[in-house]
Amino acid sequence: MSFPWAEEYKPKHPFMRWMDEKLPLPRLVWGAVGGGYPVPRNLNYMWNFGVLAGLALTLQIVTGIIMAMHYQPGEATAFNSVEHIMRDVNQGWFLRYAHANGASMFFIVTYLHIFRGLYYGSYKAPREMVWMLGLVIFLLMMATAFMGYVLPWGQMSFWGAKVITGLFGAIPVVGDPIQHWLLGGYAPDQPTLTRFFSLHYLLPFVIAGVIVLHIWALHIPGSNNPTGVDVKSPQDTVPFHPYYTAKDGVGIGLFFLVFAVLIFFMPNAFGHPVNYVQANPLSTPAHIVPEWYFWPFYAILRAFTVDFILPAKLWGVLAMFGSILLLFFLPWIDKSPVRSGRYRPTFRIFFVILVVDVAVLGYCGGSPAEEPYVMISQIATAYYFLHFLVILPLLSMFEKTLPLPNSIAESVLGSGKAGEAAPASAA
Amino acid sequence: MAALEQSELQDAHAGEDGVRRRDFLNLAAVSFAGIGGVALLYPLINQMNPSADVLALAQIDVDLSQIQPGQAIKTIWRKQPVFIRHLTPQEIQEANAVDVSTLRDPQTLAERTKPGKMNWLITMGVCTHLGCVPLGAGEGEPRGPYGGYFCPCHGSAYDTAARIRSGPAPLNLEVPDYEFTSDTAVRIG
Repeated sequence: MSFPWAEEYKPKHPFMRWMDEKLPLPRLVWGAVGGGYPVPRNLNYMWNFGVLAGLALTLQIVTGIIMAMHYQPGEATAFNSVEHIMRDVNQGWFLRYAHANGASMFFIVTYLHIFRGLYYGSYKAPREMVWMLGLVIFLLMMATAFMGYVLPWGQMSFWGAKVITGLFGAIPVVGDPIQHWLLGGYAPDQPTLTRFFSLHYLLPFVIAGVIVLHIWALHIPGSNNPTGVDVKSPQDTVPFHPYYTAKDGVGIGLFFLVFAVLIFFMPNAFGHPVNYVQANPLSTPAHIVPEWYFWPFYAILRAFTVDFILPAKLWGVLAMFGSILLLFFLPWIDKSPVRSGRYRPTFRIFFVILVVDVAVLGYCGGSPAEEPYVMISQIATAYYFLHFLVILPLLSMFEKTLPLPNSIAESVLGSGKAGEAAPASAA
Repeated sequence: MAALEQSELQDAHAGEDGVRRRDFLNLAAVSFAGIGGVALLYPLINQMNPSADVLALAQIDVDLSQIQPGQAIKTIWRKQPVFIRHLTPQEIQEANAVDVSTLRDPQTLAERTKPGKMNWLITMGVCTHLGCVPLGAGEGEPRGPYGGYFCPCHGSAYDTAARIRSGPAPLNLEVPDYEFTSDTAVRIG
């Protein structure tokens, strides 16, 4: 579906007409990311990150499939085969650094994409399903990244796997059987490595499938925009191609610039030196930390140090999973009819505080579990839940919002001019 | 038109209670396929549980004769470290001096060792917090503020009976199933 003024696909070449009758794939592309998808004319660069996330996934799949041709998932072979990729395989170092840093790039653009949605109210009706499918993608990404990090079978791989599967051990009664089931043993070992490899190969394709659903659900109401105001007339939109293919092209160029700096100049900046030591079940590294993109959640996990009815460890696990599951209810938690933070002055302040709060949690999650980080992560965890469970519902009741523009075209061109100006004058 | 005739035809086959033979066949077939499908899930899920060769490694014999009082060794059982510690009389005394009711996971040293073998403390070397290997069994490793074991990951400290005394771990170090096969040998598992 699309807006009634969407330009219809009219193939000119006889072959394309023949194709359109047999398999209307070009028609699908035209309607999805071509001239047949009308998009609000006022999207800013924050709207680049969906496309960039898709690009990052594609790069991960390409580099990952190639590395799977050289990697050997075995307790005795995994670590050496990764070194083999780094030293012996032609350009193997490049592929592995691209894959490892590609994961970081994927998470960077995804976090920006999520915070874009939070600021501009993209999660609100009628886009709840888009938001929830996005969260499903995020959860799948975290599972995939976690299992991928285990594959090199370094010290941090092993102990990360042990700690994270140990989280399930916190569940009363069934915890231990679940942990043994996940690992295929009593500690991470050969069975763990092979199943993680299998799933690490599978899940990106599941992610790709959910992305199709995510975009499908998006294209029913159409994209949100920085004003949060609904599209009302053809003046409010421009075709996706060439306007946003060009704008996304700029973002893609910048993406590759940053990516290249990471790969070629600081390939291990996001890594841990201790993961270049082969896994040793008898020796724990002094400081176990997950990859940076898990730090905020790791801080929430460790913030609970006191037993209160339930053991502290279980509270930590519940809070960590709760911090993400909570977001599924966000469309119904934030009842404010105004979508965009641009017209919500008080919300805007709390949004900035939330961003800082998550950054603080991230910093604490990457630090050792000692004071003052424990106390700071406790305060930051409390604020995280306070933001979503108390501040947002109260804001949607009491906040005095600013007047909204009558239309997207008016917000771009100023009132009065909206009727006459041609779309080309906007950009 | 065809659809209409079809439904009239079906009604004609219905019994007095309105139930057709086809309803029964439908229900029976779908139930059979459904139960079969669920049964098929069992091997698909259960294959991920520890396999026979992993379970077969679940028993080990350890010779204790070379372990001096105050010394501890690490061994591997089920791919996880086990701490075997020969307690000194003073360590036993320290462990027994603690008021059990003040402990997070109340247990006496006697409950955590075999009768008459209170000097042999055999526990898993797996912190009950998130599964790190605590320090204290190896030569020269720090034993923490309570003289037992100390987990460097999140600072859990265990006493000379390997009971949790401070830090985030919820439980004492786990005592595996074991038996003395002679005065100086144990079988774990």
